[in-house]
Amino acid sequence: MRVGVVTFPGSLDDRDAARAVRACGGEAVSLWHGDDDLHGVDAVILPGGFSYGDYLRCGAIARFAPIMDRLVPAAQGGLPVLGICNGFQVLTESHLLPGALIRNDHRKFNCVDVDLAVENTSTAWTSDYEQGQTIRIVLKNGEGAFVADNDTLDRLEGEGRVVFRYGVDEHGRNPNGSYRNIAGITNERGNIVGLMPHPEHAVEAGYGPSTDGRGFFTSVLKHTVESAATA
Amino acid sequence: MTQPVAQSEHSGIPSIDSVGHAAATPDLEQPWAELGLKDDEYANIREIIGRRPTIAELAMYSVMWSEHCSYKSSKVHFTLWGENTTDEMREKLLVGIGENAGVVDIGDGWAVTFKVESHNHPSYVEPYQGAATGVGGIVRDIMSMGARPIAVMDSLRFGNLSHPDTERVLPGVVAGVGGYGNCLGLPNIGGEVVFDDCYQGNPLVNALCVGAMRTEDIHLAKASGAGNKVILFGAKTGGDGIGGVSVLASETFEEGGPTKRPAVQVGDPFAEKVLIECCLDLYKAGVVAGIQDLGGAGLSCATSELASNGDGGMRVELDLVPLRDASLEPHEILMSESQERMMAIVEPDKVDAFLAITDRWDVEATVIGEVTDGDHLVITWHGDVIVDVPPRSVAHEGPTYHRPLERPGYLDELQANGPESLTRPESGEELRTQLLSMLGSPNLCDKSWVTNQYDRYVMGNTALAQPDDAGVVRVDESTGRGVAVATDCNGRFAQLDPYAGAQLALAEAYRNVATAGAEPLAVTDCLNFGSPEDPGVMWQFREAIRGIAEGCKFLGIPVTGGNVSFYNQTGDVAIHPTPVIGVLGVMEDVARRNGSGFRTEGAHVYLLGTTRDELGGSEWAHVIHKHLGGRPPAVDLAAEQKLGQVLVAAAQEGLLEAAHDLSDGGLAVALAEAVMRHGVGARVDVADVGEGVDAFTALFSESAARALVAVSAEHAGRFGQIIGDLPCVHLGTTGGRDLVVDDQFTVSIAELRAAHEATLPAVFGE
Repeated sequence: MRVGVVTFPGSLDDRDAARAVRACGGEAVSLWHGDDDLHGVDAVILPGGFSYGDYLRCGAIARFAPIMDRLVPAAQGGLPVLGICNGFQVLTESHLLPGALIRNDHRKFNCVDVDLAVENTSTAWTSDYEQGQTIRIVLKNGEGAFVADNDTLDRLEGEGRVVFRYGVDEHGRNPNGSYRNIAGITNERGNIVGLMPHPEHAVEAGYGPSTDGRGFFTSVLKHTVESAATA
Repeated sequence: MTQPVAQSEHSGIPSIDSVGHAAATPDLEQPWAELGLKDDEYANIREIIGRRPTIAELAMYSVMWSEHCSYKSSKVHFTLWGENTTDEMREKLLVGIGENAGVVDIGDGWAVTFKVESHNHPSYVEPYQGAATGVGGIVRDIMSMGARPIAVMDSLRFGNLSHPDTERVLPGVVAGVGGYGNCLGLPNIGGEVVFDDCYQGNPLVNALCVGAMRTEDIHLAKASGAGNKVILFGAKTGGDGIGGVSVLASETFEEGGPTKRPAVQVGDPFAEKVLIECCLDLYKAGVVAGIQDLGGAGLSCATSELASNGDGGMRVELDLVPLRDASLEPHEILMSESQERMMAIVEPDKVDAFLAITDRWDVEATVIGEVTDGDHLVITWHGDVIVDVPPRSVAHEGPTYHRPLERPGYLDELQANGPESLTRPESGEELRTQLLSMLGSPNLCDKSWVTNQYDRYVMGNTALAQPDDAGVVRVDESTGRGVAVATDCNGRFAQLDPYAGAQLALAEAYRNVATAGAEPLAVTDCLNFGSPEDPGVMWQFREAIRGIAEGCKFLGIPVTGGNVSFYNQTGDVAIHPTPVIGVLGVMEDVARRNGSGFRTEGAHVYLLGTTRDELGGSEWAHVIHKHLGGRPPAVDLAAEQKLGQVLVAAAQEGLLEAAHDLSDGGLAVALAEAVMRHGVGARVDVADVGEGVDAFTALFSESAARALVAVSAEHAGRFGQIIGDLPCVHLGTTGGRDLVVDDQFTVSIAELRAAHEATLPAVFGE
């Protein structure tokens, strides 16, 4: 079971994502942005960070990296892909997922532990969670507000493609102004998941708010083993 | 700022002021005074090189002989470090003072380097870029030792929270620290945010970075081996930050003076992140013989220091330096402080491998010269020699001043005006009200408005971060071995008594590291003071260094490096002496660190250490009475050491539910913070804290060498054996949703939090 982790110039949480894969029993394979080869991995993680310094627009330059020429068709063909934070931004810029991520409504970078409700457990990355379960993981970004037009939002909700929603405070506000409190979404097929919070920072006791993030990595390991068995 | 007049504007003078031209025109008037040099310094330069300096040489000497780079006012006092460092203290010191950063051995073949540095003046002029490049600069210092940077911390001081200019400076500084550090992928694990009127025109931005490497991977800033190539890599050189060290960091701000913004550098954290990864690959490939970052004084500093530390000379073709602005003149290129640049010394047969790695990272790298077997630093510009100097005279043999020092006359009166005359609260209700006012006061209030703008989780090794007492990060993922770091300083204590104040800062940082469960190992310091031309400030400075050096000797932990920032004053008014101390400690397994908050119900709460009636310079006197006077709390380093040993031993055995240092605001504030952290309350009795110690003194005194701990019933017996003869008072137990002080008051955690959390958002917005 080999999970590729792409490093773009400016990726930061690539080593953390690789550690999370290993901690959950997988083999992490480092993929280089300039390499147009996926090296036969069974799944890919686009990690957090500031690829290309977030210049122009978050994820807008990374989208054109040579590795994306291989990744986009593979993802469209069913390869499990997880985009975390900047990785989510790369997925929306690549049109693998709808919507966009804009500056937080309070206009500051914000690093906080957040509670997420899991609303879809049929994706490649969430099958180890229970429907409606609350998980506590880290949110840290400056441009994390998920936005889309109302039709897209209605469609995402109608098709059950909202995977995670933020908990709200006493004033009904989520941590960054995301529309309909959406923290993470998936594609029609359920193999591509993008979210702003960081499950890879919640896999080891003592080094993060919880170990609730492990479910992402154990889910995909099971998913690929099962896919291999039915293939 | 004033720039040297372009030579081409003088009629009949060649456009390049070469060495030959300088020799032929000895009487040419030069703008040495505008560059910050004194007349005797200029005369000294002429004597060293035997002629008038070229404009490029003058530029180099002016920046390298600035207060910021040459330590000309402070270095006569640095003998105190050596005199107070014993052989035993040197044992774990792999690299000491004088390099880019000190390095200590933390065991298992791991070395850790750390240093704190000021970026005060730029941060006042241009808060975002000033603070951002402060982080960038210290990170490059750590990188140039061969280490991977693993964490940053920031010690910030601002003027009055309600002053309009604080609203300009603080959000910019915080966004700059976050904007740069977050983009580098370095966890920000702690620091300080302090407000005091004395910092209104001189905010302090002190940035600390920690790095780790295997002991065999240590690199030094040294250009040795004739024929080795000099490679400049990273960002192109631009016109930003020209004269930053001489203009900004080495002068006092005058009201109504010209704006100094162009002297502030502009940072590009993305370029630096790529540079970090690129450098680590270069180290791994073994292609770097010597390395130096370009910070203050830019190329002037890097070339002269590398050559000065090496065994020969150096020749550099300055016209090969890649430029962002083609119109820059040679002396400007030498002075530019453009960020995200490094200089490496590389053996000729390794140049190709070096360039292959920089190519992979899209980092521009250019061979600009080589190490020679001569003893001069020679710099050419399109073939003309424009610099020909002994490098040591630039880098290490600058002027030294024995500035006059004199104990300030106001000190007797200040010390005589103690807190005894202040009205003390007489009822439980008054104590309760004062506690709530203090929790909401600028220095004690919740700082998450600031710290939530910093990524504390990236790298996945953070075991403890703000608001806990120390930041703790894992270094070795297989064993859990790691380090704890804390920075502290109470400038009010140092104002009342700089010797004691410096030792109290050292003691607090030491205690914070021990409270987290780590064994204190080494010290870095950032000495922020007013003008060295004021004998009173120089006296404070000398006293503070003496306090730190003697304190370190007593505690057996060496100073490994640091930084001096003078001229932190507006007009005649200097800041409080602010010697910020960073202490680094080591833990075999950081999973056993102690947090500062109560976590479970039914644990025993103990106060360790001795409480006396000590309120001089306290937060209580400051907040409730706006008073500063008397003497700071007594320093008892033997007690600190004993307390530290108990805390570390208890952590190693996993006996503590929580441990929290007592400092600003005393026991009352420590208890409030401990109950607010995880929402677990406590019931305590402060009637028997000490002989003659009433409830008020028990709650608000700031006696040093004390900590609050919570121990589960299961471990209470074993804990009793460990503490030995350390004074220990059983205060009560954890539980409930209130802080209950028997016979005095009850306050709910919700009410504490409401008071604690509202302050910064009320000023800066949600």
